[in-house]
Amino acid sequence: MRFEKKDILDIQSLEPGEISMILDTARGMKEISERPVKKVPTLRGKTIVLFFQEPSTRTKLSFDTAAKRLSADSISISKSSSSIVKGETLIDTAKNLEAMKPDVIVLRHSSSGAPHLIAKRVKSSVINAGDGIHAHPSQALLDMMSVREKKGKIQGLKISIIGDIAHSRVARSDITGFSKMGATVSICAPRTMIPMGIENMGCTVSPDIETCIEGADVVMMLRIQKERQGNILFPTEREYATLFGLNKTRLKLAKKDVLVMHPGPMNRGVEISSDVADSDCSMILEQVTNGVALRMALFYLVAGGSRHADSD
Amino acid sequence: MRIRIKNARVLDPGNIDDKQDIIINDHLIEAIVDPKSNEYGTDIDLIDAGGMIVVPGLIDIHVHLREPGHEYKETIETGLTAAAKGGFTAVCSMPNTNPVNDNAQVTKFIINRANELGLSKVFPAGAITQGLSGNTLAEIYDMKQAGIIAVTDDGKPVENSNLMRRALEYCRGLDLPVFVHAEELSLVDGGSMNEGPSATFWGIKGIPNAAESVMVVRDIALSELTGARLHFCHISTGESVEAIRQAKKRGVNVTCETAPHYFTLIDENVKDYDTNFKMNPPLRSKEDRQAVIRGLSDGTIDLIASDHAPHSIIEKDVEFENAAFGIVGLETSLSLSLKLVQDGFLTLEDLVNKMSKYPAKLIGINNDIKPGNIADLTIIDLEHTHEIDPETFESKSRNTPFAGFKVKGSTFLTMVNGKIVYQRN
Repeated sequence: MRFEKKDILDIQSLEPGEISMILDTARGMKEISERPVKKVPTLRGKTIVLFFQEPSTRTKLSFDTAAKRLSADSISISKSSSSIVKGETLIDTAKNLEAMKPDVIVLRHSSSGAPHLIAKRVKSSVINAGDGIHAHPSQALLDMMSVREKKGKIQGLKISIIGDIAHSRVARSDITGFSKMGATVSICAPRTMIPMGIENMGCTVSPDIETCIEGADVVMMLRIQKERQGNILFPTEREYATLFGLNKTRLKLAKKDVLVMHPGPMNRGVEISSDVADSDCSMILEQVTNGVALRMALFYLVAGGSRHADSD
Repeated sequence: MRIRIKNARVLDPGNIDDKQDIIINDHLIEAIVDPKSNEYGTDIDLIDAGGMIVVPGLIDIHVHLREPGHEYKETIETGLTAAAKGGFTAVCSMPNTNPVNDNAQVTKFIINRANELGLSKVFPAGAITQGLSGNTLAEIYDMKQAGIIAVTDDGKPVENSNLMRRALEYCRGLDLPVFVHAEELSLVDGGSMNEGPSATFWGIKGIPNAAESVMVVRDIALSELTGARLHFCHISTGESVEAIRQAKKRGVNVTCETAPHYFTLIDENVKDYDTNFKMNPPLRSKEDRQAVIRGLSDGTIDLIASDHAPHSIIEKDVEFENAAFGIVGLETSLSLSLKLVQDGFLTLEDLVNKMSKYPAKLIGINNDIKPGNIADLTIIDLEHTHEIDPETFESKSRNTPFAGFKVKGSTFLTMVNGKIVYQRN
C-alpha cells in the first residue's frame, strides 16, 4: 500500500487504513531514537520548514527532532521572525517559502483552516501542527500510537476525554481519530466548554466526570487554559478541580489497567493531581517520546516514502 | 422618440395584471394600451417582451456601494451597473463608506455621482451615529434635506439602548425609517459562522442565533416605546422571524427583510474554509432557513434585499476568521428569489411586492405602472436558464457562494427614467 496524501491537515481527511499505516510506520521509527547514533540518512537532502505562527515549545521541538533524526534540513521561522509582522498575508508568506523549494512545510497557526488555505497553494507537503481550535493531527496520531502500543489495539476501548473540549484542537482530533478506529469516546466538561453538536464527531457527552471515567481504558485530561476568557467559562480553578479534576479516587472508577494521558503542558492540582500525573499508569512522558517517532513517520510518508517513486 | 414595450404581461400587484403594451415618452409612462391598438403609430421604438413580464422597477434596499473610500471593492458606477443588470432600477446605499455617510456632504456626493452616471438610482441611507461610533447622533435632518431615505448604522448595532431609543424618537419626528442591524456583539464574541455542528466540526468560533434575536426583541420593545418606524435588516433566524411575527400581530410598526442566501443556503454548505460563505449574520441551520421561507410566505418578512457586500480578494483570500464578512448579491438576487416562486413558496405577485412594491413603500416612492409615473421598469424573462458565473459580473468583486448555481429566470431589460440601462444580449 502506498501513502497517497500530499498533506496531513486533519484526522477527518485520513482513512482508517491511512491512520494504521502511519501508526505502523511510527512503530518502526521509534527504534531509531533508542540507538547510540540517533540518525538515519532517509531524508538527506530534503528541506523541512517549521513555520510556527503561534508559540509552541514541545510540538516544535518534536518536529525538529524528528526531521534531524531523518537527516532532513530543518529551518524554523516564527511569527516574530517572519514578514507576518510586516503585514504579509499567509498566502504570500507561504508562496515565498515555496519559492525556496522546501519539501515539507509544518504549520502551526492560530486560525482554524490556515493549513488548508496554504495546502491548496503550494506544491510542498503541508503538515498541520495545530490550527486554531480545529485540529492537531500529529498529537492525535501519537495518542493513538501510545494507546495501541500499550493495549495492542484501539478497537473496542473506552476513551474518556475531560477538559475544555470547545477550545481544544487536540480534543477534536482525538475524538475523530479514536472513534474512526473503533473506540468509544466519552467526553466531559463544564457545559460552557462543550461545543454545540460535538456528538456528531463521534462521542457521547457524560453528565459528570464519574460517569465519564467509569470503566475507561484511557483517561485523557486536557489543559485548562487559565488565561482564557477571564473566568467566564468557569468560576475558579478550585471549583474546576472539585468538579472536573482527575485524582486517585476518581481514577479508581476506571479499568484497573487504565492509561492516563495529557497532551501537556499540565496544570498540576487543577485538571490533574500530581499523584496521578506521576503514577505508573501515566503515559504523559511516553506520549512525548512517541511524538518524535510519529512525526518521523509523517515526514517519511509525505516526503521520503512511497509517495515518491524516485526514492524507492 | 417614444418607446413601446410590446407583448408582455404587465404585472403590478394591486394595480394591473394583463397583457398590455406600455408607451414610454421621455422619462414617463405615457399610456398603457391594448396590444392591438394602433394608437401611437409605427414611428416608435419597439421592445418585444413576448413571453416575459414587466414589473415596477425592482428596488434593493440594502446595498454597499463602497464609494467613497473603498473604490477597489466597488464604485458607485460598477455597483449601479451591477444593479441594472440585476434588474434593480434603484438601490439604497449603506452609509459605512469612508468617510461615513453621516453628513449632508457625503449624501450629496453619492446622489450627484449617481445622477451623473444615469444608471440605476441611489437612495442613500445615512448613519444614525457620527462615524458609526454608536456614541452621538449624526445630523439626520441635514442628511434628510440632502436626500437620505432612512438611517442605519448597518454593519454595526447601536449597542447603547438609550441612544437607540433617542434615535428612534428623533427619526419619528422626521418621519424617517430606521434600518436596524440587529446584533448583540458580546454574544458574537469573535465568532465567524453559525454556532452549531458545522462550526464545531471545522473548529470555527460560532455565532449563536440569540446574537440576532436578542437585539430584535430589544428593538421591538423600543419601537413600542417610541412609535418609530423600524425596519430590520437581513433577518436570518427562526427566533427573529417569530418575534417579528408576534410584534406585527400586536400592531407594532415594524418591517423586515431577508437576503437570498438565508433562504438558499445553510451552515452545512460552509466547506473547506471557503470565505465566500462567510457573511454577517452567518448562514444558519436548516430549520432557520425553513423559518425564513415560512416568514416570507406568510408575510412576516416584508421584503428581499441582497445585502450586496463587495470585497476584494485582499479581504477574502485569507484565513477564514480573518476574512471580511459579506457577499455580492445584486446580480444573483432576482434569480435566486424566483426559485421561491418556482418552488411554490411565493406567488409571482408576492415576489414583485417583496422586491419592488414594498421596498418602494418603505422609502416613500410610488412606482406603480400607470400613466404619468416615472418609467422605472424591469422586464423579467422567467424562462431564461443560466449558470451563475462570477466572471460575468459587472460588480468589481466576485465574492459569491453561488458560482456554478443553475438558475431559472433573469433580467431581460432594466429601464430607468425611460432609458434602457441594461438589456440582455
